[in-house]
Amino acid sequence: MREITYAQAIKEALAEEMRCDENVVVLGEDVGILGGNFRATAGLYQEFGEKRVLDTPISESGIIGCAVGLAMAGFRPVAELMFGDFVCTAMDQIVNQAAKIRYMSGGKLSVPLVIRTNIGAGRSSAAQHSQSLHAWFCHTPGLKVIMPSSPYEVKGLLKSAIRDEDPVMIFEHKGMYNKKGEVPEEEYTISIGNADIKREGKDVTIIATSSMVKESMIVADRLKEEDIKVEVIDLRTLVPMDKTTIINSVKKTGRLVIVDEGVKQAGITAEIAVMVTEEVFDFLDGPIERVANENTPIPFSPPLEEFVRPTQEKIYQAVKKILK
Amino acid sequence: MKLSKEKLVEMLRKMLEIRCFEEAIYYVYAQGWMPGLAHLYIGQEAIAVGVCENLKKDDYITSTHRGHGHLIAKGGDLNKMMAEVMGKVTGYCKGKGGSMHIAAPELGIMGANGIVGGSIPIATGLGLSSKLEKDSRVTICFFGEGASNQGAFHEGLNMGSLWKLPIVYVCENNLYAISVSQQRSQNIEDVATRAKAYGIPGEIVDGNDVLAVYEVAQKAINHAREGKGSTLIECKTYRWGGHHVGDPGTAYRPPKEVKLWKDKCPIKGFKFSLIKRKILTQTEIDNIENEIKQRVDKAIEFARKSSYPAPEEALDDIFAK
Repeated sequence: MREITYAQAIKEALAEEMRCDENVVVLGEDVGILGGNFRATAGLYQEFGEKRVLDTPISESGIIGCAVGLAMAGFRPVAELMFGDFVCTAMDQIVNQAAKIRYMSGGKLSVPLVIRTNIGAGRSSAAQHSQSLHAWFCHTPGLKVIMPSSPYEVKGLLKSAIRDEDPVMIFEHKGMYNKKGEVPEEEYTISIGNADIKREGKDVTIIATSSMVKESMIVADRLKEEDIKVEVIDLRTLVPMDKTTIINSVKKTGRLVIVDEGVKQAGITAEIAVMVTEEVFDFLDGPIERVANENTPIPFSPPLEEFVRPTQEKIYQAVKKILK
Repeated sequence: MKLSKEKLVEMLRKMLEIRCFEEAIYYVYAQGWMPGLAHLYIGQEAIAVGVCENLKKDDYITSTHRGHGHLIAKGGDLNKMMAEVMGKVTGYCKGKGGSMHIAAPELGIMGANGIVGGSIPIATGLGLSSKLEKDSRVTICFFGEGASNQGAFHEGLNMGSLWKLPIVYVCENNLYAISVSQQRSQNIEDVATRAKAYGIPGEIVDGNDVLAVYEVAQKAINHAREGKGSTLIECKTYRWGGHHVGDPGTAYRPPKEVKLWKDKCPIKGFKFSLIKRKILTQTEIDNIENEIKQRVDKAIEFARKSSYPAPEEALDDIFAK
């Protein structure tokens, strides 16, 4: 199968949806002439023109508000927030407006809006360009939250997000934009709300998000050599969460490690862990392990940054610990 | 400006409807028939009416926490509004929004808003949709002088002016943001002067003079519809009551000031001029008022007799089905 980068997969998804639905428009900082800070919108401005690919001022609140208004008026805007950290300057429009308009209006208004942004440290970008803030939005009913782990996932999920009738936040990964993966030539979508079992195993379940899926797969390979069979689940969608896949896996393995790049405190790992104890506590053979970022801002210097991030070694140790 | 008798009577009728509805809301609140609070529009009626009388049904408005007047002026149904304020299932939003969140897209009412300034960036998107669709709709974005101090105001007006969007920004300067007076919250006397920063026209109008508001709004709306871009209109006005029904509004405003503005009542002045111009007689006005009073009473009755939503309906409308 052909291989393309994560950024190219995003661009393909956008271009395909824009070709088949003229209500799809893209807006954000530098998404037009430049083709996006991470080149995920490269070529769209040239193909679709300035009316459908809008370079905006540096006004995150203005961008999301504009997208909300467009969506209410029947468009399907895809707004880009260049770095996930910049959600903070758009928070009212995301949390108080986009997420609640359908509900507050008793279902009369729809906001079919996609917000593309990203997570991920590991680039020495320091504390304001490295955060993984996806968990915040799981705490806001009315938003769907997806975290694609590969070029294949990002293309299929983004296409579904654009077709969705509700606001969807898609957290891409900065470290993956340039990474290649297999993506079919023919059209496909991946439905929102379904986790994917990337590898089956009977001894321990690892649930991972975003780039942590690949890290977990590498760890699973290493553990296989020790005759430990790891089941790796790519969560893919945080809201709505695919509880069934998680529960069935835990029932099978009895042991669970959850891996996510957000900070550990009140993170998505905590939510999953509690859900599992509520649903299938009796099937657990030991405590749940969580591998997440330390409860710190992201530091600049490489050894500091490496220290706080979830790594293959930390995932490996977590699995070994619960198998003791 | 020459307006037909019908238009003038309709403007008075709408202002009276707003006044009567808002007085009824206070009554309903005092009786304990409504949950929560509401922010009354009394004193500002000329603005909503003067602006909305220029609009077509499919033009958009975005409203604020003090939104009842805008909704009535845009054609909102009194029964559904009253029911929503009382949290009933027959309300505009099935009781899920309440006073601050009434939406009626079928009338171009794209939502009141509980966040001060929250609707200004949203108006950008509505305006942009009209520009992209070439549907010749205009978006009216209502907000107060308090909202003009939000970052959202700057971002919204910068983008709206940059893209020459068909938006009329209507700032209702009622001199107080809850308890903080305008002079204690911004270093300018006229919000309209901020228009200069965005390269769009800024107009100042007596917000208690419905005909003056109508005229200024008409010019701005035509300007927008012709593709010439946005305008910022500042309407000087005053809210008669406190910030909401539970606030007497006496702790931070001198009684003399309140009286001065009540003397400038937008309805009293307009009635007087219509009688003087022999458009209406006092008796005819009394008849209109009685008819409105009856409709508002019926709205209260409708709302009181309506059911509350079933509790489990709280779980619906989070996402599309």
